Amino acid sequence: MVTGIIVAALVVGCVGIILGFFLGISGEKFKVEVDPREEAILDVLPGNNCGGCGYAGCSGLAAAIAKGEAPVGQCPVGGDPVAAKVGEIMGVSAGASVKKVAFVKCAGTCEKANQDYEYTGVEDCAAMAFVPNGGPKSCNYGCLGYGNCVKACPFDSIHIVNGIAKVDAKTCKACGKCVAACPKNLIELVPYEAMHLVQCSSKDKGKDVMSACSVGCIGCHLCEKNCPSDAIHVVDNVAYIDQEKCTGCGICAEKCPKKIIL
Amino acid sequence: MSVLAKLLLIAVASAIVNNVVLSQFLGICPFLGVSKKTETAAGMGGAVIFVITISSFITGLIYKFVLANPVLVSKGIDLTYLKTIVFILVIAALVQFVEMFLKKKMPALYQSLGVYLPLITTNCAVLGVSLNCVTYEYNLLESVVYGFATAVGFFIAIVLMAGIREKIEYNDIPKTFKGTAIVLITACLMSIAFMGFSGMI
Repeated sequence: MVTGIIVAALVVGCVGIILGFFLGISGEKFKVEVDPREEAILDVLPGNNCGGCGYAGCSGLAAAIAKGEAPVGQCPVGGDPVAAKVGEIMGVSAGASVKKVAFVKCAGTCEKANQDYEYTGVEDCAAMAFVPNGGPKSCNYGCLGYGNCVKACPFDSIHIVNGIAKVDAKTCKACGKCVAACPKNLIELVPYEAMHLVQCSSKDKGKDVMSACSVGCIGCHLCEKNCPSDAIHVVDNVAYIDQEKCTGCGICAEKCPKKIIL
Repeated sequence: MSVLAKLLLIAVASAIVNNVVLSQFLGICPFLGVSKKTETAAGMGGAVIFVITISSFITGLIYKFVLANPVLVSKGIDLTYLKTIVFILVIAALVQFVEMFLKKKMPALYQSLGVYLPLITTNCAVLGVSLNCVTYEYNLLESVVYGFATAVGFFIAIVLMAGIREKIEYNDIPKTFKGTAIVLITACLMSIAFMGFSGMI
């Protein structure tokens, strides 16, 4: 009885000790030299692994920065503070960048945009390509509201509110996942400080826009004619503001007959 | 029965008929946890094939030459009851070693399997295979074939599951059944479907 216990303890103990030594030795032998800067950078990066930088997660970006393949300010989520810290590690100064935020160029909520028909089926924006008329919404350019952007967002900062996607500017990190996920190309990264934005993407003629939605850009050119800094232009029947030129005077928003400029 | 025929029988039986997940209910945690996307599921499945094949060989060796050592047995010391605890030790160490080895020698393979390797340490399918080999009294070659085929069965099950789950994503599921609930129901239906294979061998 006692011998049994001792033998069992000895065998398991010995196996454990042998394995421990074996792992210790092979740990030394198979050690992979990692650039110490890589780990330091990884510590500084946000660690959400969102892939907004174009690399497979934060470790991928850290490796690329350490090798000098990527600029220190590559992480769109961390922005300037992270870029500064990474620059410190790498010994280069990070240039200032503009903090951006995702913006949905559509304001056609349930009440404001018309529906051609009732739709019940697969809840997926991309699937709308197979549905008659590109989805139940009368407007063929507007937000479909099935939330492909919501599923893509790693930060839970975009939500479907009253039938259209809404970005929570406070939590949005501008990683660009929703921009890629939207089949209608409605989402754009705009400067966080941008004061005026056009909430429509419809390229239809004014009359068609009017019949589809009460808050669509009808391409009347009033904003373009009144802009003192030549920042807003109507291209393909929809107004677009060049944020570099925009001074934020607000004349366009005032003149817009549809009141769709924020 | 010739050796080859027996090996083939073991392979088919363990990969499909007695599928490790769907009829033996081993390795459920990775089956439910890592089956959201087909890519990751295939990665996990690949890593499991890799680890189970090696571990069934190593534990087979340990059992034969340490626990059921003929010299010890002839002296009246039977250590086979220690198999569970020793196998756990050996498998955990083996997975650690494989991870280190891959990181150094095969970075490309490590890139694709690396994330899943530590998860496998806690995969009961690995231990289950090693213990089953002892129960069924397989020799070394049979153990390896059994391990490999069982892992292929796991691969099949998890990839199928991931495919179904990707489709489920687009469906309008009642709130009560969202998340793990619908996945468990799916697993249950898959298990019933796999019962169709029983009686084949």
